[in-house]
Amino acid sequence: MEFIETLKKHGCYPIRASKIETLQVNVGYRCNMTCKHCHVQAGPSRAEMMGLNTIKAVIDILAGSDIRLLDITGGAPEFNPYLRFLIEEARTIGCHIMVRSNLTIYSEDGMEDMPLFYRDHGIELVASLPYYQGEVVDRVRGEHAFEKSIRALRTLNNLGFGVDPGGLKLNLVHNPQGMFFPPCQAKMEDEYRRELDRRYGVSFNNLFTLINMPIGRFRKFLVERNQLDRYMERLSKSFNPAAVEGIMCRYLINVGWDGTLYDCDFNQMIGLSLNDKYPGTVRKFDTGILAEREIAVDDHCFGCTAGQGSSCQGAAA
Amino acid sequence: MGEYYSDNDLERFGEVGKHCPDLFKKFMDWYGASLQEGVLSKREKVLIGLAVAHAIQCPYCIDAYTKSCLEEGMNLDHITEAVHVASAIRGGASLVHAIQAHNAVDKISM
Repeated sequence: MEFIETLKKHGCYPIRASKIETLQVNVGYRCNMTCKHCHVQAGPSRAEMMGLNTIKAVIDILAGSDIRLLDITGGAPEFNPYLRFLIEEARTIGCHIMVRSNLTIYSEDGMEDMPLFYRDHGIELVASLPYYQGEVVDRVRGEHAFEKSIRALRTLNNLGFGVDPGGLKLNLVHNPQGMFFPPCQAKMEDEYRRELDRRYGVSFNNLFTLINMPIGRFRKFLVERNQLDRYMERLSKSFNPAAVEGIMCRYLINVGWDGTLYDCDFNQMIGLSLNDKYPGTVRKFDTGILAEREIAVDDHCFGCTAGQGSSCQGAAA
Repeated sequence: MGEYYSDNDLERFGEVGKHCPDLFKKFMDWYGASLQEGVLSKREKVLIGLAVAHAIQCPYCIDAYTKSCLEEGMNLDHITEAVHVASAIRGGASLVHAIQAHNAVDKISM
């Protein structure tokens, strides 16, 4: 495996977890959208959904450990019927909760009050908005996606999200619209801030720039264009050992919809579970053992170590 | 003649350095240094690169600098405006030579 060889060459192998600061929970793959870059390959027809027993096991982990950051992802997490229960329980335990939202979900029937619920529970929102221009966004995410996103952002701003640095957090996520790398995060954040304000009167807190991982729908796109090898070569040539230090898998553990544990959401999507020597499900969760675990890697990990690095929280180096 | 330019040929650029390697190295060092951020930002430099690529109509440069523009967070509006600037200057360069034609007319006319 080329990634392992590269880590060895730079004296970074194996990558070990540092501390589990975040429990990242994928509550299901169902989504109202079918974005072209989605690593989950989420969509309306996906049936995988975290059940109540697994949700309760997640809550038990939070209650029995010092992990105080809950990062909820999907699909569109809002489709999970137990999402509100999970949030309410995690709040009672004292967790800070992040929800990764696609923004357009609030336009769906029965979802209109989610922003209010998020406000009332002090949720930090991490919202996909690949660009500040409608034409570009709709090409990746589908017709009217941008219009719905702007409508949602205005609603969130009106509720107090993304308005002031000390208030409710609303962070946006940028990713390239094709087989190229993301721009400098700080510069892109300035540009988003200026353009979203000027064009739509919308504000936010931070922008995270993510690289497109060579898995899921984006991988299919690369294969269809006969560009997978070229993209992988560019990722590997851009390996930055300094990015290894900050990659997300060192600080989080990821839970699949069925309770299986993974080192990250990308590993979950390619079925790369934890190394055999570690407890692999929520029911066997052991913070002590998992906090120093050896991370399972494959060549897609070049995506998180290329250039300025990329993680769920944007640039890592 | 078939396909005169191929996507893969740009990646073979280094093969040019098999001959006159010293000159090629000087070119590569100069090229790399000229694109480093200086008084001009990286974004300004890649936009200049894109505009020049269109002015000289180099397919390799057009592909490369279009990608560089996207990686600097720009979009088709930025790209198209830059190509308009290049094209306008190129068009203007032809048009301004009408003066030379007028001069030539004057030179040979009574």
